[in-house]
Amino acid sequence: MSKTIEELDEVVIKFAGDSGDGMQLTGTQFSNTAAFIGNDLATFPDFPAEIRAPQGTVAGVSGFKIQFGNKQIFSPGDEADILIAMNPAALKANLDWIKERGTIIIDSDNFKVKDFEKAQFTSNPLEDGTLDGFNVIEAPITKLTKDSVADFDIENKSRSRSKNMFALGIVYWLFSRPLEITENFLDAKFKSKPEIANANKAALKAGYNYALTVELLPSAYKVKAATLPKGKYRSITGNTATAWGLMAASERADLDIFLGTYPITPASDILHELSKYKNFNIVTLQAEDEIAGICASIGASFAGSLAVTSTSGPGLALKGEAIGLAMMTELPIVIIDVQRGGPSTGLPTKTEQSDLLQAVYGRNGESPVIVIAASTPSNCFDYAYMAAKLAVEHMTPVILLSDGFIANGAEPWKIKSVGEMPTVEPAFVNENDTDWNVYKRNEEKLNRKWATPGMKGFEHRIGGLEKEAITGNVSYDPNNHEEMVNVRAEKVKRVANFIPELEVEGDKSADVLVVGWGGTYGGLHTAVSALTDQGKSIARVHFNFINPLPKNTAEIFANFKTIIVCELNSGQFIKLLRSELPQFNYLQYNKVQGLPFSKGELMNKFEQLIEA
Amino acid sequence: MEHLVKEELTFRDFETDQDVRWCPGCGDYAILKAVQKTLPEIGKKKEDIVFISGIGCSSRFPYYIESYGFHTIHGRAPAVASGVKLANPNLSVWQVTGDGDALAIGGNHYIHALRRNIDINILLFNNEIYGLTKGQFSPTSKTGIKTQSSPQGTVDRSFNPGKLALGAEASFFARVIDIEPKKMTEVFAQAEKFKGTSLIEILQNCIIFNDKVFANVTAKDVKLDRQVWLEHGKPMIFGADQNKGLVLNGFKLEVVTIGENGITEADILVHDAYEQDNTLHNLLICMSAPEFPVAFGIIRQVETPSFNDAIWNQIDESKKAPKVNSVDELMNSGVTWEID
Repeated sequence: MSKTIEELDEVVIKFAGDSGDGMQLTGTQFSNTAAFIGNDLATFPDFPAEIRAPQGTVAGVSGFKIQFGNKQIFSPGDEADILIAMNPAALKANLDWIKERGTIIIDSDNFKVKDFEKAQFTSNPLEDGTLDGFNVIEAPITKLTKDSVADFDIENKSRSRSKNMFALGIVYWLFSRPLEITENFLDAKFKSKPEIANANKAALKAGYNYALTVELLPSAYKVKAATLPKGKYRSITGNTATAWGLMAASERADLDIFLGTYPITPASDILHELSKYKNFNIVTLQAEDEIAGICASIGASFAGSLAVTSTSGPGLALKGEAIGLAMMTELPIVIIDVQRGGPSTGLPTKTEQSDLLQAVYGRNGESPVIVIAASTPSNCFDYAYMAAKLAVEHMTPVILLSDGFIANGAEPWKIKSVGEMPTVEPAFVNENDTDWNVYKRNEEKLNRKWATPGMKGFEHRIGGLEKEAITGNVSYDPNNHEEMVNVRAEKVKRVANFIPELEVEGDKSADVLVVGWGGTYGGLHTAVSALTDQGKSIARVHFNFINPLPKNTAEIFANFKTIIVCELNSGQFIKLLRSELPQFNYLQYNKVQGLPFSKGELMNKFEQLIEA
Repeated sequence: MEHLVKEELTFRDFETDQDVRWCPGCGDYAILKAVQKTLPEIGKKKEDIVFISGIGCSSRFPYYIESYGFHTIHGRAPAVASGVKLANPNLSVWQVTGDGDALAIGGNHYIHALRRNIDINILLFNNEIYGLTKGQFSPTSKTGIKTQSSPQGTVDRSFNPGKLALGAEASFFARVIDIEPKKMTEVFAQAEKFKGTSLIEILQNCIIFNDKVFANVTAKDVKLDRQVWLEHGKPMIFGADQNKGLVLNGFKLEVVTIGENGITEADILVHDAYEQDNTLHNLLICMSAPEFPVAFGIIRQVETPSFNDAIWNQIDESKKAPKVNSVDELMNSGVTWEID
């Protein structure tokens, strides 16, 4: 029987297995190959907080979702067209997230009674009708993997470990994908253990050949390359893009990066990435705690470095007092908060947007700082760059909000060059400036000038106590305090003159305006575009600048009858909008499940609004 | 790397125009003066000297030194100072702190700065009380002390800053007292020279909330018998008649008198500040009056690679065979593809 090939525009695949099954690596490999072929894509890794959660249980399931297609893809999609379930728990965890008549590829070696009972199925889901209506492909993946690596000189316990590669081989056949990208990856990863590399490659090939031979699969699919803008591309995650954005700004500004930080999920990869490139004079300090991390960075900022600290919600809470110090002493620092599910320890590996109010207001005293938010994995590069630029040009802390979804998610990125980025001009004092004073300000931006230890003639003292305007001497004068509070607020407000205006996507005279911010961009874009394609009267704006807001925000809002603010929290940005722009009526749509918005739920909500 | 000073600096060059606002009679004045007298001697330019402090009476210090200074937040000065030193290793970085700032709210940063051995000088003003918050007990207050927050006397046990420091692998520990300005200057200069974290505990009298807390060591009639000033290579001899000394008896120190029970000067322990093993240093640090004299001077001084040197060595090392030479090169490395 010859292989029939069905052409598809976009496909969602979910790889799911135990947290030790290598599903993240498998998903990443599939993504890299898809990207290499020219598909556009978006990924969503979803894993438990435990390194090895109890085997075979639903709590221990690690998943990796990818949507890829022949046109631009903005989100990892909702339900999967194809689920690869390495065990019953992986099947159970994803049963509600498979499309009608979707394909489920199952490792049938893992469906013994004890296996499905562990996943809390009362009977074997392969036999009891649970999977009726789906296209189920049962393959003895574990056994076939062991057979395929039988001839390799590896430890016995390693023999079944390559089953993720066998499964990947099946999926590669299904989509007519080449194996080279993954083969090259395996060679590089196991450079010092070629036998392991070869065993994995054999399993990959065996999976591919199995699918080709057994004719279990009804047809293979083809997803053509997407028509993306011309240029050179690579795949990039949000955390890597964040690190690179900082590095680009550091190179452009000719400043050394100092990262003082403490490991925390899901932000640690920023530390890992920056610590690889010490040759760029990057100092990374893994400090004793979150507070020491930011305080060391503040010290480095005082000494003239591009100071950075990275964290997630609980860490941002710990850093609050120190952010106040940087704000008070008007030292530049970039504070990256890769948000996760809160409050408290919350959901460390899940995504949420619930740190917005903490970022904007979460400090003692009147302490405004710039708050900006990245909205896709790749534009973490641009907003990290922007955060650094604004910090050193305006002499203020900048909080950059990312989130677990975009930080771990990957997408193809048209590679930028440092030269095409805007200039970064740190507010250093001019060595010949005879009129300098600690709190003497630039008239336009209201920033003070940066004089760093080692510069002769600019010796000075700063600190957390209120300071006299101009001289910077300690001052308890009531009027001076109010003047300083006002000028610090005005300084941050004026940043609005230096950031891009908000742009409406879609019909500017539509009835409904969808408002989002940060990492929900992909989901909101996908839902609103689908409705626009159906001819619905709907438009969308997306905020990357939270404090201050873009200058034209009110002007845009004034054009719409209905404004709905969509967030992955209980309604934080809407609170901010209501206090900043109280003249408008806002509706809200919120979700606090540790998950991104799905296209379906958004479309439902928006359709109801449009009809109302 | 060292910038030798061409024009002669004097202590006056390090005085600021700010009114010093400590209580009259506070021990801090003498420490300030001793530091101002030390700074011209350390071979650094004024602009290459940085003072970092946390919160507390002592932490006002940077406002009174004419150089770069940063009065930060409670307990965090070791972290801020570490950032300054790592960002610019050419700077002479001094941290000024007190027993509350360093050992209570900042205890974590204190031990980790010492563990890393970053090249900063920590002046720890120990007055065994909270001054700025008006008289609560501190982690070094003796058990039972009655304060604003312990009207019936504290039940907290106290700890010894030096013993804690050795537990954190400190490589330099000295102890001085605010009424000995010359000794302070000598020890401060040695501390500055030392490449690593130099911790100097300064017994400092709080005239308002804990006056005379060190009187049993400093009073004229007892001081010679209750202080032993240690110098590397010299026997541990003290006393009004310079006839008392320290010997080891099993695992314990013992005070002996030269000329009694057949003891001669040759039996007295000779101070070895450079000894890697800190067991004896620990015993010396823990001595307390009246049974023992309190040990002063440089008790431990063991050359250990500094954290900042190690960090910058790695940076220099990575430049020899860099994976990529520019950010553009990095972004274009690995798997990339063209779309035409």
